Amino acid sequence: MSSVSASTLIVMPALNEEAAISAVISEVFRSLPDCTCLVVDDGSHDNTSAVARKAGAIVATLPYNLGVGGAMRVGFNYALANGFDNVVQVDADGQHDPAAIKDLLRELSTADLVLGARFAGQGEYEARGPRKWAMIVLAKLLSRSAGTQLTDTTSGFRASGPRAVQLFAEYYPAEYLGDTVESLVIASRAGCIIRQVPVSMRPRAGGTPSHKPIKAAVFLLRVGVAMLFAFLRPPVVTKLEQDQK
Amino acid sequence: MSPFQYILGIVAALLTFGIVIEMLRRRRLRERHAGWWIIAGLLAIIVSVFPNTLEWAASTLGFEVPVNLVFFVSLFILFLVALQHSSELTKLEAHNRAIVERLVILELKVQQQENAQIIVNSKSKK
Repeated sequence: MSSVSASTLIVMPALNEEAAISAVISEVFRSLPDCTCLVVDDGSHDNTSAVARKAGAIVATLPYNLGVGGAMRVGFNYALANGFDNVVQVDADGQHDPAAIKDLLRELSTADLVLGARFAGQGEYEARGPRKWAMIVLAKLLSRSAGTQLTDTTSGFRASGPRAVQLFAEYYPAEYLGDTVESLVIASRAGCIIRQVPVSMRPRAGGTPSHKPIKAAVFLLRVGVAMLFAFLRPPVVTKLEQDQK
Repeated sequence: MSPFQYILGIVAALLTFGIVIEMLRRRRLRERHAGWWIIAGLLAIIVSVFPNTLEWAASTLGFEVPVNLVFFVSLFILFLVALQHSSELTKLEAHNRAIVERLVILELKVQQQENAQIIVNSKSKK
């Protein structure tokens, strides 16, 4: 296990998380003592960068907000440039339990992309109303595309193996929802093996997920559009695989 | 309206809509910039296929000449697109400024380190 975690980069996109991030980083190091942790400060207005650096993480401070997708692109490219095999995305707000990273990495030995799924039996997270229906439809569609049962496709808790890292460094979508939904379509159409592992999610340290009807409707619409274009777009291949052909 | 005009209207509307979708598909246009164009394309398709909808909408809203409604809606959408572009431009300028600021500060840092290195090297030679 130690060799796996030594070649694993934990990427934490963070926006104004000075309150929670220090504890999350310590937990990551407690769970995987020899891993490297990269915090991508996505244009925070607080002391996220300084706090994260003090906690022992490498910190990339973006000059302005790029969104989670843009921050993850920095992470994937950093991993590629510095020879890391695996990238694990962990939320900086403490919603993802760093103890579960090991489970994701274990599954990664036989897969290219492993999702930490909330609805797969563990934890107490529950979405309601239209948002829940959207997630169910989304899960059905993406499960078919990936050829495996996926229940929580908007999960940001995921581990990428060498093949997915190579692919995502080039093609990870920076748009809202693209980072979760479209990235799965890109990976499955590029032939990546996708799995999911049940994880328990903890309540967010700050902020609450919204259940307002208008916001839910807009979310539904954007998911629909994102999915439609994800499937309409031509599939992508990595430079590496292009060279091999 | 002659059948030729009817077909021409539909073809023009479908072409516009098709171009927007194709640009989105090829990642030449981001979703957030495409919203108004998709709405305009859909409206054009509806009105060209069912011209009665235009007459009905015009009379309901009190336009004496239906084509004035077309001009009004077109101008309105173009105005909104232009406004969105101005706003995006403002944002991009701010981003650009942030990058330049970061760049020159990094450049200065590198220069200072290089100078310090030269001083160390010349001292060690003596």
